[in-house]
Formats: sequence, structure tokens, C-alpha cells
Amino acid sequence: MKDIVEIRWHGRGGQGAKTASLLLADAAFNTGKYVQGFPEYGPERMGAPITAYNRISSERSTVHSNIYFPDYVVVVDETLIASVDVTAGLKETGAIVVNSSKTPAELRPYLKGYTGKVCTIDAGKISEEELGKNFPNTPMLAAIVKVSGVVDVTDFIKDMEASFKHKFASKPQVIEGNMNALKRSMEEVQVG
Amino acid sequence: MGIRERLSGNEAIAFAMKQINPDVMGAFPITPSTEIPQYFSTYVDNGQVDTEFIPVESEHSAMSTCIGAQAAGCRAISATSSCGLSYMTEMLYVAASDRLPITLAVSCRALSGPININNDHSDAMSVRDAGWLMLFAETNQEAYDNYLQAMRIGEAVSLPIMICQDGFITSHAIENIELVEDEKVKAFVGEYKPEHALLGKENPMAVGAYATPVYYMEAKRAQAQAMMDAKDVIKKVGAEFAAMTGRSYDLIEKYEMDDAEEALIIIGSSAGTAKEAIRELRAQGKKVGLIKIRSFRPFPADEIAEALKNVKAFAAMDKDDSFNAHCGPIYAEVCAALYAKGIFAPKGIDYIYGLGGRDVRVESIQHVYAELEKIAASGETGETYRYLDVRE
Repeated sequence: MKDIVEIRWHGRGGQGAKTASLLLADAAFNTGKYVQGFPEYGPERMGAPITAYNRISSERSTVHSNIYFPDYVVVVDETLIASVDVTAGLKETGAIVVNSSKTPAELRPYLKGYTGKVCTIDAGKISEEELGKNFPNTPMLAAIVKVSGVVDVTDFIKDMEASFKHKFASKPQVIEGNMNALKRSMEEVQVG
Repeated sequence: MGIRERLSGNEAIAFAMKQINPDVMGAFPITPSTEIPQYFSTYVDNGQVDTEFIPVESEHSAMSTCIGAQAAGCRAISATSSCGLSYMTEMLYVAASDRLPITLAVSCRALSGPININNDHSDAMSVRDAGWLMLFAETNQEAYDNYLQAMRIGEAVSLPIMICQDGFITSHAIENIELVEDEKVKAFVGEYKPEHALLGKENPMAVGAYATPVYYMEAKRAQAQAMMDAKDVIKKVGAEFAAMTGRSYDLIEKYEMDDAEEALIIIGSSAGTAKEAIRELRAQGKKVGLIKIRSFRPFPADEIAEALKNVKAFAAMDKDDSFNAHCGPIYAEVCAALYAKGIFAPKGIDYIYGLGGRDVRVESIQHVYAELEKIAASGETGETYRYLDVRE
């Protein structure tokens, strides 16, 4: 099972981290991979920290536990860094992707000495500008696809366009904004 | 070739229900099985099935609805979890003794208390003596496949059947799945033609009659016989399913057992985690394997005893405690199976694990094998009643 990629998502209830993890599973599934997408369930409340996971591989993974040594971590809400050990177990060969207006160099001191790649993306700003609302999960999804390479970028864009067309069939005006948010996020994610 | 999809375990069960198009669903929601009637009610609303969907005020009534419908000659289904299953218990016994092959999907969840919504097997295990057939799934695929086989099995022996999967761990996790085409499902499941039904006016009958001491025990003996007969039916239906899909099903699954010296007996999703632990340990030259119980009712006593006879040490993995100051149900039944067959050589211990959603890791399972290796080497069993991954 050498080719397995394991991803952990940190977000707050209501921000769409769980949805983003399921969308990533969908995108990887559509490129022929075996996928797992699952949140850690408990008594959810809006705003409370939540964790979700992805396993993506070319052979089926039989493991049914949470992920303790992820290749990548995605932090949908920057304020979680103060209260959750977001880099716990994160492989130094991997990366952390944070929704933040800071640069990777500015953010690194808050990451408990993590020496792997630190990536930042201002998903809130992109979402506000392209969608008029703070829905950070679409740009975060694009950023992790770009940073991890777990799905081919061209395939991903095609797949997401098809998925938005299906999902927003009754309000096509939001498709363009979502696609712009995806593409901008891939261009603007900073790797440090 | 089937249809490549990705679904959660609950979605997979609801999809199987849609493909089967049963006559009646009696349902009351409870986490984590709520999505099953929720998705299914959408199929009903969209006219994709012609099932009579009966929302009721409790699980007791959900099962009562199923009993009434199935006795009338319909295929009846429900879904539940945890205290919902507990609340059905009285009617579960009635369904079994009335010999009504109802199908119940269970997304297993801990029983209170402390109150908890996560997975263990305390709900299903608490009704293990209710007279229902009980199949357990490791994956969403197995939950789906077991559901497609359920009615064939239950109807052949006139017993109700529970299709259990692990709440959240498989019920809410998206994974790849291969679905069977609708027409193949319909042909495989077939029509329900009960020998006796309330709506068969040519043969008027009573259902749920009182049995005096003169008759009660014979009724129970007949129920016991049906459970014994179910073993062959489960194997036969599993073989037929394998011919259709390439996915074979038996009472138990043996993984790396041919030369195993240390073995687990395990049920449900953690079997997959244990398989990964085995792959890693096998790479280090350790002779480890596992027996996964698919059919807990009927209990595959002979098959487990046969599979264990050459191991040096085994651990029964109970995701539930009997609170008898002794052991959980799997250990008790495995030991009884070995004793009945006169197999005394393997040393066995019991692990209570994964209660209330305590995460079961590859490392957790490797710890169990490390303990078994010590027991195999020393011949000293030590404490047989153990808790895994617990803070003392």
C-alpha cells in the first residue's frame, strides 16, 4: 500500500470541511482511485472543531481507523491553530495547507516546529470576491489538490465543472463564481 | 460487471432497498441509521419504489408494523440503531417466534450510558438471543451484498434477519462499492410467496396465538431447527451470489489462517484494520491470521473450531461486554465451540475493545498479536478477560 495518500481536515462545524473531504473523495474516485472520506462524529455544534479524513489509493485500503500520520493536513479555519494540535503526526515529507491571509513564513512560527511544507491560501477572500460569501471549502479543496497532486489538476477542473453544473442546475449563475474560486485558489496558494 | 460507485454504508443499504422494492417499511429515526429511512423515503416520494412507507412514533411500533405487514404476506423492512433496537426488543422476539422473515438494517451504536452515539456492538449483541439471523459487514460493500442476500436467507427458513454494520465507521464513510444491476437484483431476490399469510383467504389462520406449556416448547424447538437449517442456506445463497458477482460469502471469512499460529476472531469493520496489521506482521515473518465472523446467528461453531484447531493462541475480540466479570459473548461462544469439539490445545484470551467509538488502530491490533505471541511462546495464558486501549 505504498501509494496511499492520507489527508486530515480541520474545520469548524458549519464551514464545510466534511463536505470538502467528501468532494475530494469524489474527485479522486472519478479519476479511478479507491477512496475513503469520513468525518469524526460526535455531538456536532456550529463552530465547534471538527475533523474529517481522506484515504486515496490505487488499491483498496482495508483500514477503518482515523488517520494519525497524515501526508497532508488542511486547516479550513486559521483560529483552530491556537486550540488544536493541527500538525500532530503530520509527515515532514508532506504539507499543511491553511486558510490564511498570512504568508507561509509568517505562519510557520505558530506550527510547533513543523519542518515540512507550509502552504497558505486566503480562501475567505477568494470566496468573498468570487461568490460574495465566505464559503472557504471550495478554494481549500482546490488548494489541497494543487499542493498534493492527488488528483490531476486538469481532470479535477473538468470534474468539478461537471459537478457544479449538476449541483447548481437551478442556479447556473453561481457556477462561474465557483469555477473562478477553484482556479484562483490553485494559482494563489503559496508554498513555503 | 457491476456498477462502480462510491457510497456510504447507509446509502448502500438504502440503494439495496430501492432495488428490491419491498412492500412495507415501518420506520422511526435514530442516529446513525436515520439516513436509511431518510434516503429510502426520497425514493418513495419520487415514485422510484411503490413501498408503503409508514412513519411511526417509536421503534416498538416500527417493528410491530413490520410484523403486521409480513404476517399479511408482504415483505417488510426497517432500520435502527442502539436504544432503538432495545426499544424493539419485545417485538423482535414476536417476529422470530411468529416466523416472519422481516429484514432489519442495523447501524450498530453503543447503548447508554454514558450516553454516546458512536459504534460498538452492545445494541446487536443485546438481542442476540431474540431468534433473529444476524449477519455483520466489514465494509459498505459487504453491508450492501448482505442486504441483497438477506431475504433469500430469511424467507428460506422463515426467520427474520438483521443486517448489521458499524455505525459511522462504515455507515457514514464514503468508500468505493460495486453495485449489482437492478434486473440482476430482482432476479436474484425473486418474489415473496409465503406458504401462510393472513391475506390468503383460502387458508384462514391466526398469527401470534397463545401457547400453553403443552405447545410452547415445540414451537421453540422448531425455531431452533430453523436456525440450524439456516447455516446451509447462508452458504448456498452466498455461493449463488458469488456466481453472480464474483464476491463470495460464507459463515466466516478466514484471512491468512493456513499456517497461522496466532489468530483473532473478530466481527465488523475492525476486521479490515486487523487485515492491515496482519499484512505488516506477515512482512516481518509472523504467522498471524484472523477469522471474521459474518454470520453471528446462526453461530458457526464447527467452522470456527476447525479453523482454530492448529493455532497456538487466539484472541476473541468483543466490541461489547457482557458484564459477567468473565468475558464477552464471542469469547464465550468460541470457547464453547472448541470444548464441544474436544479441542483444548489453543490458548485463548478475550479483548473487550472499541466501546463507544474508541478508535481501533492498526497498532491496537498489533498489540493484541504481540500479547498472543507471548502466550504462544510461554504457554501461560495469564488474565483472559482484558480491555484494549483503555486508560486505567
